[in-house]
Amino acid sequence: MSNLQSQDYIRISATTVTPPSVRGFEEQVAKLIDVTRCIGCKACQAACMEWNNLRNEVGYFEGSYDNPMDLDPATWTLMRFTEWDNPETGDLEWLIRKDGCMHCEDPGCLKACPAPGAIVQYANGIVDFISENCIGCGYCVKGCPFNIPRISEADHKSYKCTLCSDRVTVGLEPACVKACPTGAIMFGSKETMTEWAGERVEDLKTRGFAHAGLYDPPGVSGTHVMYVLHHANNPTIYANLPENPSISPTVEFWKGLIKPFALAGIAASVVAGFLHWVIAGPNEVQPEDDVAARRYEAEHDEAERERELAHLRTISDKPV
Amino acid sequence: MTRPKGTLVRNAPLTRINHWITAACFVLLMLSGLSMFDPLLYWLSSLFGGGQWTRAIHPWIGIVLAISYAGLIAQFWRDNLWSRDDLAWMLSIERVLANEEEGIPEVARFNAGQKFVFWSMALLVPVLLFSGILIWNYYFENFSSIETQRAALLVHSLAAIAAIIIWVVHVYAAIWVRGSMRAMTQGYVTPGWAWRHHRKWFHALVDTDSSGPRPHADVDRRRR
Repeated sequence: MSNLQSQDYIRISATTVTPPSVRGFEEQVAKLIDVTRCIGCKACQAACMEWNNLRNEVGYFEGSYDNPMDLDPATWTLMRFTEWDNPETGDLEWLIRKDGCMHCEDPGCLKACPAPGAIVQYANGIVDFISENCIGCGYCVKGCPFNIPRISEADHKSYKCTLCSDRVTVGLEPACVKACPTGAIMFGSKETMTEWAGERVEDLKTRGFAHAGLYDPPGVSGTHVMYVLHHANNPTIYANLPENPSISPTVEFWKGLIKPFALAGIAASVVAGFLHWVIAGPNEVQPEDDVAARRYEAEHDEAERERELAHLRTISDKPV
Repeated sequence: MTRPKGTLVRNAPLTRINHWITAACFVLLMLSGLSMFDPLLYWLSSLFGGGQWTRAIHPWIGIVLAISYAGLIAQFWRDNLWSRDDLAWMLSIERVLANEEEGIPEVARFNAGQKFVFWSMALLVPVLLFSGILIWNYYFENFSSIETQRAALLVHSLAAIAAIIIWVVHVYAAIWVRGSMRAMTQGYVTPGWAWRHHRKWFHALVDTDSSGPRPHADVDRRRR
């Protein structure tokens, strides 16, 4: 969203040169969402709207606590509510997950993006969309393993959570973290957050959640938004949180090998044409071709005249 | 366009207009498509007024090309039907490439290479159209699943690369075989050209006293 000093970039979309990495010492940050402590108040959603100045159109009640029903260009974070029957205990559990960009260490959106500098990753790990460079193609939507980016119909640009990169730059925590009344959303260095999550997971295990765990999927080299889940062995029960997300092999192939091979193939066909021109040269009509063509035409005319004469003779030969 | 006396019509005016609409669309699609395919070529998007314009206009040009190519199919399919001689022609491709066309199987209106270009494009254009519709975010964002759209992106890219390479072959052939370019700009060829490259077509025209592009295609007699 905000375009910070270019020295902060470690990855830039659609760019083949090395981004400036002078600030390589910078600490990796992470937001830790402790789903087990969330009460579903949506303060984070409200805070996100307020800080980022987003006002979605007022919608309709759809029979769910989810409001709105999906992420959109003006809803960068969304509480997703799931009522889950725990088959082991027979309990009905209310699972509430704060959905939004996971800020992958290996971002699929950035890999898929064709516009230079429309998606960047800062040295602290935050993945950000630089709207002025966005062309609205929707490739990021296809690259994302979490189905997060949304294209605005108003300005045809892609939007998602910025992890409040503007606040983080000046040493503030993201707005949702600030607003959370139960401490379910925490923010700090990735190391600290992982440590803290470890303690929390141990605590949960002693309270009967044997499968409690930290969601920091290795398929995308970890994320800068992590979840503490009571049932980390089955993340899909949390409104389809992917079990082992990774960048689709289709996207990897499309953005990987075929690019150089395609350009090489096109270049090779041009070079082949040039070489043929140099070796064999143009194929030109020779004088003998013209002569042969004229002879064929003359023979045809001759034959036709013969036929006409013969025809005339048959008419004149007829008895009157 | 005035046609010198004694020459043959290779392509009628409508065919030529149809061809050049397709050609213009193809070049624009190639430039805009490549700019969105490889970041090395992103600068091509400035030809279209920037990335947003390139993204917005590319699918519309594609629609025009698909309609235009349908017109070419309607006009050319009959003369592009595969015949037994085409295989023999293909087998003597080395002599064709060496500009030694004497002694190889006589060619009708189109040779096997031209037929290959025609049918490849007849296959690739619909593939590009349908895969392109799936990834036309503005209108069809929610038309198919993201998984389908990922596959469509890959198919679209691969088909486009194939089409571009075939296009390079097509353009080079037109430069290589002298007189071909005029056949698509002014529309006519000399009898010598027809004799050298498309003798069967030449015979058919002379034998029926037609001026082309097809035997008895029009009543305007070539001679007399």
